[in-house]
Amino acid sequence: MAFGAPLSSTDTMPIVSPGFTGRRQSPDVQLPPGQYLAEDFPVLTAGPTPRVTTDRWQFTINTEAGQRYDWSWQQLIELPAEKITTDIHCVTKWSKLGTRWKGVSLDVLLEDVETAADFALVQSYGGYTTNLPLEDLIDGQAWIAYRYDGDELTPEHGGPARLLVPHLYFWKSAKWVRGIQLLLEDEPGFWESAGYHDYGDPWREQRYQGD
Amino acid sequence: MARAAVSGRLTWRVAELAEATDITKSARGLVFDVPGWPGHLPGQHVDVRLTAEDGYSVQRSYSISSAPDGERFELSVQRVADGEVSPYLCDVLSPGDRIELRGPVGGWFVWRSADQAPVTLVAGGSGIAPLMAMIRTRAAEGSRVPFRLIYSVRTPEDVYYADELRRRAREDAGLDVHLVYTRQAPEGSPEPPKRLGLATLNTHGWPADFAPNVFVCGPTGFVETVSDIFVALGHDPRRVRTERFG
Ligand SMILES: Cc1cc2nc3c(=O)[nH]c(=O)nc-3n(C[C@H](O)[C@H](O)[C@H](O)COP(=O)(O)OP(=O)(O)OC[C@H]3O[C@@H](n4cnc5c(N)ncnc54)[C@H](O)[C@@H]3O)c2cc1C
Repeated sequence: MAFGAPLSSTDTMPIVSPGFTGRRQSPDVQLPPGQYLAEDFPVLTAGPTPRVTTDRWQFTINTEAGQRYDWSWQQLIELPAEKITTDIHCVTKWSKLGTRWKGVSLDVLLEDVETAADFALVQSYGGYTTNLPLEDLIDGQAWIAYRYDGDELTPEHGGPARLLVPHLYFWKSAKWVRGIQLLLEDEPGFWESAGYHDYGDPWREQRYQGD
Repeated sequence: MARAAVSGRLTWRVAELAEATDITKSARGLVFDVPGWPGHLPGQHVDVRLTAEDGYSVQRSYSISSAPDGERFELSVQRVADGEVSPYLCDVLSPGDRIELRGPVGGWFVWRSADQAPVTLVAGGSGIAPLMAMIRTRAAEGSRVPFRLIYSVRTPEDVYYADELRRRAREDAGLDVHLVYTRQAPEGSPEPPKRLGLATLNTHGWPADFAPNVFVCGPTGFVETVSDIFVALGHDPRRVRTERFG
């Protein structure tokens, strides 16, 4: 990787567009760099929306040692759930504040899982995957969410259940989640293989590989 | 091409507007010159950043609508009423003005000319932009991969690149173009205005048996509906690639 900035780089001196004022948000709204506030809930998906019924739904955690833990839909919704109100940030630049979810903390699901893994590859119905460090899934940072804004989670937004990891860009919050493979070494997921960042911290604007 | 070092692709670059033309009454074609541009694959987009005098800045994504052409490419921007960025790009930015952008971005919603599978393209409104890049690249490379475009617009006045599409449908062997009007059909049209549905996609797209590559681009609701229909028609969901404009 070459670190010398090309001559045309503008990283030091932004170009000002005369006459451009923009539509500023009120100063008490804090958004990550490059994000804007969305009122609606846009959708980002690489393909058609998978339709998964809850009677076929299953959630599986596989460890690096080949151990397997799984939950049916009924088992999932019988686990202690939390209500989460959080801001979300999509890599396509919109942010949405104060979104309301209900789901099961990954701390609950991982409680009895024995592993030495540092990384997780999250897998979805439809074949999508996304990778993240295991430590970002624990300590009250991540949930398997199955309700949004007081209703069942719709298929467009990842229903019946999606991962919710709101401190990272929202593609990490895998829709139609079906399981987690725990890994000793990081392995890029679907979007990450297509050029998106392996970690994806919106506050450090880690949109693409190399950011 | 498009394999530039990651650090190069993601640098903010200076882009100078070379030409601006009306594509429709509410959309502008903006041709930029970008020194050091690494080239793109058809389907990829750029991120544009505008900065106000006090340092406030915003970013938006725009698909490239041209075929690769050295350090020059075109964006096709629909003016969104009350929009923060698109009215500035359409109405204020003038040839000679400079803005910042970076890219090309996106490695999935991409047509690669080496892939011989037939291609079905479905566009809603401004969603034609990345598909136009594919159609133009196909012609520029002399590719014989069979292409079918199904393009949904409100009225005849909303067709992007209407003359060019008409010409290409005649001259680009192996390219079919089918327009669907949702609000108002052209005079003398055999069909009344209607929404794009299963029958049209089945008739004017490649059958699932041919294992085509399908690219669907436009507003979210449109993309949802169309891609659901392709799955219902038996297409492998992994071959149906989508780009949602928001
Ligand atoms: C990958 C990608 C590629 C894109 N490529 C193109 C392209 O080639 N050409 C193009 O014109 N746009 C494209 N877009 C959309 C573009 O990024 C902006 O969202 C759009 O120009 C509106 O920005 P704005 O600042 O003018 O409006 P905003 O200030 O963001 O929005 C103003 C209002 O319009 C609504 N709105 C936002 N976007 C749209 C839309 N697309 N249609 C209708 N209403 C909308 C908002 O919800 C809001 O209410 C692309 C988006 C993505 C994610």
